[in-house]
Amino acid sequence: MFRRERSIPLRGSAAALGNNLCVLHLPVCNLTHFGVVHGPSAQLLSVAPEGVPLAQRQLHAKEGPGLSSPLITQVHWCALPFRVLLVLTSHRGIQMYESDGSVMVYWHALDSRDASPDSTQAVFARGIASCGHFICVGMWSGRVLVFDIPLKGPNIVLSEELAAHPASVTDIASEPAQEPDCMADVVTADDSGLLCVWWSGPEFKLLTRIPGFGVPCNSVQLWKGIVAAGYGNGQVRLYEASTGALHVQINAHARAVCALDLAPGVGKLLSAAEDTFVHIWKLSKSRESGCTEVEHCHGECVPDTQLCGARFCDPSGSSFAVTGYDLTEILRFSSE
Amino acid sequence: MSVRTLPLLFLNLGGEMLYILDQRLRAQNIPGDKARRDEWTEVDRKRVLHDIVLTMFNKSFIEELLKPQELYSKKALRTIYDRLAHASIMRLNQASMDKLYDLMTMALKYQVLLCPRPKDVLLVTYNHLDAIKGLIHDNPPLLHLVDETFRQLIEVYGCLSAGEFQLIRQTLLTFFQDLHIRVSIFLKDKVQNSNGRFVLPVTGPVPWGTEVPGLIRMFNSKGEEVRRVKFPHGGNYVIAPKEGSFEVYGDRVLKLGTNMYSVNRPMETHTSGTSKNLASQTQQSIAPNPLAKEELNFLARLMGGMEITKPSGSEPGFRLNLFTTDEEEEQAALTRPEELSHEVVNIQATQDQQRNQELARIMGEFEVKDQPRWSASKGDDLLAMMDEL
Repeated sequence: MFRRERSIPLRGSAAALGNNLCVLHLPVCNLTHFGVVHGPSAQLLSVAPEGVPLAQRQLHAKEGPGLSSPLITQVHWCALPFRVLLVLTSHRGIQMYESDGSVMVYWHALDSRDASPDSTQAVFARGIASCGHFICVGMWSGRVLVFDIPLKGPNIVLSEELAAHPASVTDIASEPAQEPDCMADVVTADDSGLLCVWWSGPEFKLLTRIPGFGVPCNSVQLWKGIVAAGYGNGQVRLYEASTGALHVQINAHARAVCALDLAPGVGKLLSAAEDTFVHIWKLSKSRESGCTEVEHCHGECVPDTQLCGARFCDPSGSSFAVTGYDLTEILRFSSE
Repeated sequence: MSVRTLPLLFLNLGGEMLYILDQRLRAQNIPGDKARRDEWTEVDRKRVLHDIVLTMFNKSFIEELLKPQELYSKKALRTIYDRLAHASIMRLNQASMDKLYDLMTMALKYQVLLCPRPKDVLLVTYNHLDAIKGLIHDNPPLLHLVDETFRQLIEVYGCLSAGEFQLIRQTLLTFFQDLHIRVSIFLKDKVQNSNGRFVLPVTGPVPWGTEVPGLIRMFNSKGEEVRRVKFPHGGNYVIAPKEGSFEVYGDRVLKLGTNMYSVNRPMETHTSGTSKNLASQTQQSIAPNPLAKEELNFLARLMGGMEITKPSGSEPGFRLNLFTTDEEEEQAALTRPEELSHEVVNIQATQDQQRNQELARIMGEFEVKDQPRWSASKGDDLLAMMDEL
């Protein structure tokens, strides 16, 4: 069903982080951009259809006070209606670039005063998503920073700080297409497993809280009013965003889920975990009952590899790519 | 990333070091009455282990270690182990020290990678501590010292969340990233592939708190289960039988972190041809500042608590060789790949005029002293006669 395609070599191995692969598909020029975090650096690659790498660039976390080179926690492309920005989060702050990583347009330093003098917690930013003309970024403290992005230029403004999470933010997702009856725009997740569903606006409004009972939620997606969440105990759970009701519980993996991705047009969900497996699920909403249904489509094992990132490479969900800890290549699979 | 990682890294690596030294010293053991003056005896072995354990678990050192702090660089950590290995009458050449450190780090990398759940890194640590207690069981004051550390660990780590343990494990994995040295024991047991990567089994018990994969449960808006479907998950997992104990005494259940070196097991490592990713490794080693100033400060503070009992003037320092022969040790030193060189930094106390007296004194203790003139005697002849382990 799926076959291995040509791998894309990386200069540095992928770090053992969650959500450690981001993809930007550019149909106009038939190129795909990939981004992977190595550690103190992240690598961006431009790849042609057959997997031939054409160009690459390395970005580094901006230095600051501290013991050693700051580590990057995540890199992610934010596709806003009018522009695409590349966001990079680290232990020092938040860096935003033009989509090819050539120019840094904004730098937000983490306020070290946020950390108490004898802080027992590491300070970092993690969790990136765009919603309308906003970009949301999560923090070690549980706060979510909301940045207002102008049509062009570097005049980015911190518009709001959301305080709803008691633990470090892990991931943020936004609704790909606005549903008529649906108010849920953004979902944020944290290390305690708590999910917060928000309505975005000039001021963000908290709609629902979905507790996680201490098991970290590492990755989250939002689709047609359904929250899909991947947890540290290998489960993938689907909730009704507006009410927080549990719709589906999948004992999907034997180790922590590290990444989820969505092909919204076809309702496909991709889950990858540290157990070396990738699974593809078909989501659907039953019209009569209003229940959400899930069907398993495909499973793939990447032997001896603790996966750390996974993404669909095209909107139809017919190809995907994965990264693994210590692996110096991006593995690609295709069903066409 | 996590500021709670250093104690676990230090104690586990220290545990592995003791396993290896214990095994190596036992292998060269000569009954006391038959030993020549320059040969290792049971008494010597015990003394070396006791001296190292005493230094490792020194009260103020552990106190300093347990403070929340960022992880040190590989170079800085290696400096601590060099010092620790020389805390007694034993001396190691650079090549043997390199090999020792390679074995230590690859063993811990394997244990961290295969931990079923992040919190199990604590069980690995407790396994090491249990075994250390076994090595010094005939020394009650020392046992007490280790138990004290045990209690402090439970206090610090007992209340950490699953999320914090996840971060600790990620921090440890970042430390071990790109290390692919092949270890004979691992290759023989088929837990490591010939390319240096560890085997991740897809069978066996799932972690405690995880369900066996393969089930989809669907619910209606009232919360009632309406359908359940099985799917092929690809592995062959079973439910976890029981949880390991996090108390000072108890069945850990997990075997990772226990002593895998029995007297007759091989100890070779293969450094040639393992580093496929030269680029990332050389980037680390060509960093302009081997030990940044701030790291030096932290290290000095930490080492200040490490009281080294120096051998008295009349006692020789006995050399231990981690290889089978001296020639092999020399050869290993010459052929070690550039990117794997663990350079030990010689810290000059006079470099920074502004350092205070106390700091200068502590830093003076870092210098690896010249070997005593008679140091080569104990090991040489004996090693030449030993079979390959």
